[in-house]
Amino acid sequence: MTDSVISVQGISKRYRVGERERYLALRDVIARAMAAPFRKRQSREESILWALRDVSFEIKEGEVVGLIGRNGAGKSTLLKVLARITKPSQGWAEVRGRVGSLLEVGTGFHPELTGRENVFLSGAVLGMKKVEIRKKFDEIVAFAEVERFLDTPLKHYSSGMQMRLAFAVAAHLEPEILLVDEVLAVGDTEFQKKCLGKMSEVSQGGRTILFVSHQMSQIRRLCERAIWIDHGSVKMNADALGVISAYETIVARQVLEAPSKNGSVSRDVAFMGWELLVEDGQSKHVLDHFGPVSFRILIRLPKPIPKGLYNILLVDDQGRIMWHANFELSSMEAGTFECRHRLPTLPLKPGAYRWKAGVYDGHRWTDSWWAVPELVIGTKPITNTADEFQGTLNLPCETEIRELEKASKPAP
Amino acid sequence: MSETSAIVPESALLSEVPVLRIVPPGRWWILPFGELWEYRELVYFLVWRDIKVRYKQTAVGAAWAVLQPLLTMAVFSLFFGRLAHIPSEGLPYAVFYYTALLPWMYFAASLQNATVTIVENQRLITKVYFPRLALPLSAVLSGLVDFGISFLMLLVIMVYYGIRPGITMLLLPAFLLLAVLTALGVGLWLAALNAIYRDVRYVLPFLVQFWLFASPIAYPTSLVPEKWRWLYGLNPLAGVIEGFRWSLTGHGDPPSRLILISSATVLLILLSGIAYFQKMETTIADVV
Repeated sequence: MTDSVISVQGISKRYRVGERERYLALRDVIARAMAAPFRKRQSREESILWALRDVSFEIKEGEVVGLIGRNGAGKSTLLKVLARITKPSQGWAEVRGRVGSLLEVGTGFHPELTGRENVFLSGAVLGMKKVEIRKKFDEIVAFAEVERFLDTPLKHYSSGMQMRLAFAVAAHLEPEILLVDEVLAVGDTEFQKKCLGKMSEVSQGGRTILFVSHQMSQIRRLCERAIWIDHGSVKMNADALGVISAYETIVARQVLEAPSKNGSVSRDVAFMGWELLVEDGQSKHVLDHFGPVSFRILIRLPKPIPKGLYNILLVDDQGRIMWHANFELSSMEAGTFECRHRLPTLPLKPGAYRWKAGVYDGHRWTDSWWAVPELVIGTKPITNTADEFQGTLNLPCETEIRELEKASKPAP
Repeated sequence: MSETSAIVPESALLSEVPVLRIVPPGRWWILPFGELWEYRELVYFLVWRDIKVRYKQTAVGAAWAVLQPLLTMAVFSLFFGRLAHIPSEGLPYAVFYYTALLPWMYFAASLQNATVTIVENQRLITKVYFPRLALPLSAVLSGLVDFGISFLMLLVIMVYYGIRPGITMLLLPAFLLLAVLTALGVGLWLAALNAIYRDVRYVLPFLVQFWLFASPIAYPTSLVPEKWRWLYGLNPLAGVIEGFRWSLTGHGDPPSRLILISSATVLLILLSGIAYFQKMETTIADVV
């Protein structure tokens, strides 16, 4: 326990939700008192909502931990408790070291002030000392790429520029513990990559990070461990890949079980699901080996197709097609079909991928669908994880370096 | 150094790192001065922001700080002085009113800033931790710049009327401190109340107006019957304003009794204000 930098013991947070307005008006309170001065204030019907319930976990120094869970599961409340923004109702937590919290991009920004002034203001609000900001000022400005607009009021900045400046300030925080809430979800992809790069740089510097995100690819890239919060409690606390695949399986099942919004009845073809063909007990949607891969896709044809095509695409999280194939269909009766596919290997780098399937009935593409859940590739990254943005394949590669010729020594 | 400290326990080594314990809100409050001191740079930046923004938004800028008391002084001199013949204890009306308006304007502006500070900074409050007291504190401190500017104007007026401040002027900082503490105490109450009851800000103008006439600005305290003076002193501004007038002009006797009563009231308002503010603070991030 001594090497834990964050230690959470039985934290609960209770909110009262009732007919009570979000805040009161003095006018109403006085009016109520005037109307019935002697009646004791009735305890109005209030229901209690437990945003967090008996949450306990430990985080060791230098760990990067992801917090996942559905909207309203309590992830952000947990961060707010640890950041001291709100107090727990029960339980306690102990945090060792300087805490920086990054729950929003641009905390403390003021539109009337210039970029330069806002760097100082936001830095101070986020807990930096003045000397520290001054020291890092040039670095921050360079990271944000706003040198030319430093003395322009922030209100004239584009939202992208504001975001970049805000993140640049935040990225240069140097607390021992960093609490981050889904702030990377905004902004253009290029800048997001830069931020992710900066964050992994930060985490390699031995900083402890607790990180909330809905983007599993981010968690996979940055975190060793993940904590899954469900209905205010810890549902799972283990290595990131395991937690994510368990989480995604549950989410996917819920999506599949939910009545289809697309109304598959009206469709000409219905896509029913896909899964990896694996031994019992293994995850049907997570691929964690390099060898042959078998999977099946289930479709239902309401009408016979005498001659047509069936195609599948595998698309990565940025929409690039990784693989595509067409298969001929001939004299298909109406009914449910299983399409089995076998690939000798699928050496993609770890991440989430989506299947897209479609059917052509000889005259037109009748339909195509994004398959849920995602295919999660959970193989061990062979290439350096820091190079995550380069390349698509995750291939084991044998390497041998031989010296062919000695370089002639430079003259002394 | 005691003998036992020769052996350093492991926990002492660890304690170099700040350990923070997060626990449910307790029933007792502590005076948060230590933490405020830790966050003094943030207070500085909040004050700096308030001032920058204020002067960027108003076209008249700093001139406003001079015009406001100057115009009020002119109106008061005309109506209360020339027309109503309210006594001014032998001082020229301009000096008599301006010396009172100086702390009054500061007080009224500070209340205005402090009342809305929690609501206006709700994004900060819900996104980052800092001692919330820093907000009303900086709201009250940022008014000091305007005070400084209008104080320069006072010097001009005093030179014009040939009034030489005496040794009593050395006590002015003490009265200024009393003014700041009064503004802070009342500001804390109003900030907390406005966070809970959002219409407090609309009540504020009436409160300020009422307070203006309950303070010795347009008239001297000597108009108040002797036996009611102590009650009058319960208005902390009575002590502050008479203190200002006396220390700046050196006219008359030191209003010691009034100031004593006022100081006691200020202390009471301030301590209760901190307590009330902190009570509100524990729930504020969940409400705003």
